[in-house]
Amino acid sequence: MLRFVALRLARALATVIAVMTFAFVVLRLSGDPAQVMLGPDVPQEAVEAFRRSWGLDAPLWQQYLAYLGAIFRGDFGVSMRDHSPALALVLERVPATLQLTIPALILKLGLGIPAGVYAALHRDSLIDRGVILLAVAGFTIPSFVLGLVLVLIFAVTLGVLPSGGSGTWVHGILPTLTISIGGIGVLARFSRSAMIEVMGQPYIRTAAAKGVKWRNVVRGHALPNAAVPIVTLVGFMVGSLIAGAVVVETIFSWPGIGRLLIVSVSNRDLAVVQCILLLIAAVMVVSNLVVDLLYGALDPRLRAQPTT
Amino acid sequence: MDRLVEIRDLRVAFDGVPVLHGIDLDVAPGEALGLVGESGCGKSVTWLAALGLLPAKARVTGSVRLGAGELVGAPREALETVRGKRIAMIFQDPSSALNPVIRVGRQICEALRLHRDLRGAAAKAEAIRLMEMVGIPDAPRRFDLYTHEFSGGQCQRLMIAMALAGRPDLLIADEPTTALDATIQAQILELLARLRRETGMATVFISHDLGAVAQICERVCVMYAGRIVEAGPVERLFAHPRHPYTRGLFDAIPQMTGPRRRLVPIPGTVPDPRALPPGCAFAPRCTRAHDACSRARPDLLAQPDGRTLACAYPVPEARADSFSMERAMT
Repeated sequence: MLRFVALRLARALATVIAVMTFAFVVLRLSGDPAQVMLGPDVPQEAVEAFRRSWGLDAPLWQQYLAYLGAIFRGDFGVSMRDHSPALALVLERVPATLQLTIPALILKLGLGIPAGVYAALHRDSLIDRGVILLAVAGFTIPSFVLGLVLVLIFAVTLGVLPSGGSGTWVHGILPTLTISIGGIGVLARFSRSAMIEVMGQPYIRTAAAKGVKWRNVVRGHALPNAAVPIVTLVGFMVGSLIAGAVVVETIFSWPGIGRLLIVSVSNRDLAVVQCILLLIAAVMVVSNLVVDLLYGALDPRLRAQPTT
Repeated sequence: MDRLVEIRDLRVAFDGVPVLHGIDLDVAPGEALGLVGESGCGKSVTWLAALGLLPAKARVTGSVRLGAGELVGAPREALETVRGKRIAMIFQDPSSALNPVIRVGRQICEALRLHRDLRGAAAKAEAIRLMEMVGIPDAPRRFDLYTHEFSGGQCQRLMIAMALAGRPDLLIADEPTTALDATIQAQILELLARLRRETGMATVFISHDLGAVAQICERVCVMYAGRIVEAGPVERLFAHPRHPYTRGLFDAIPQMTGPRRRLVPIPGTVPDPRALPPGCAFAPRCTRAHDACSRARPDLLAQPDGRTLACAYPVPEARADSFSMERAMT
């Protein structure tokens, strides 16, 4: 078990370093921060002075080693735009993003899983067909379309909700809905098929033949078995708590991580972009790690030979 | 005859396709009854229908009486008090018939709580006793293990322990040894026979293995295409099979004693339930069939020797002398 955890931790760390490296290289190959920050018409000396002061004149590998070293010392660099520490800038935006993504996650779980389970237990009924239809519609509409449609309906036509901005919880309603609808659909579809699969298993018939009440067959015998595939998907959703709102934050001008990321990328604000990507990768990796450990708790068969 | 279960004209149809065409069957208290036939002949469906365990799309008509109660069409709550408590059922492929994510001890305890209101330490002690009774070695330690930590044969023992937990009047064993290898099969059969002696519960043994049926049953029903074609005491049927289908089942068993003999398979396959022949369902495969057989279906009639038989041109008794009980046992 200890070896399993250690192996997983090592892999998680490797993943994070891979993401960091990739971000570092791509950012530096895809544009010159000096040009973007200073504008097109500045003298060459000013550009070179800028590069020198940010260490951009050194060879790429030297920059990379310096970057890695700094990260391990806990130094995430400084924003080129306002010279404040990148980490502080990023963390400052985290609460705003979580204000959208956590309620959205709760909606996804609270509506998606029950809808899917109910549909599975009433397979081929009208409600089942309705759930499938809504679920497919939910996850096939891209969030930028859905967001605009919701704005059109609730802000423009009905005028009951604001079309963008932040400040009160009312501003969060439309973006939260936009983020969650796709996830509700995916989770409903997924829970439904996981549950249908499990309900067809011989041990469900055994439980019924034993005299277990129907509701307890579902709750005590079927759900624990259906949980394994569902947890996989939920883990992915938890992992995208930070990164899952980039498009929606932009649509609704919500001051979260997503908007900071977009602004920083277009400004080539290297330290900030790297810091955000590192955070996104770390959250995703940690949630995957937790899912892996949960598998063992949920299914004893996976304890003996952990998937590698 | 004193009757525990009385099945009358039980019919089952899936999506409008009849698969069970009116079964009449009685089970006496404490008796061991064998149900024999090829896959799909309706052996298991009969009892799944009786307990209301078929999927919702199955249409079940007729009557299954257990004591004073009628099971066909009974509300789910009523059936839930019968299942496991009055009639328990075990299945083939025991490894997948037990829940993989619940400790086996807890699965047995669940039955004890439902049917005997045992909880906590009392339930655990009784579960361990049952596990020992069905021959699980080192039961106290293995109480907390999961299904995948047991072999197939041990899983079937656990299934049996779970079935015994409710002290049922009737145990339906649905091909309990089909998925197991030969030596384990013999052990499980022996266990079932012993438990019946010790507990006095009736057993319905569903199988396509005639030898296994001979070993533990007193009475046997041979089913073909959703009907009973021959039934009677096990010695009589096995010594003198009279329905050509029963006879065919014996001819297809290898013989351990006597001269080497070519096995005679039954030609053809089981008919599709959507396109049953108009007369006797076995006629197209039957070597004794006359023209009349494909026009009129023979009724299941009581014979002077105590068996019931549905055949217009049965195997004459004199010709069947060479079939011995011993052969069926091999």
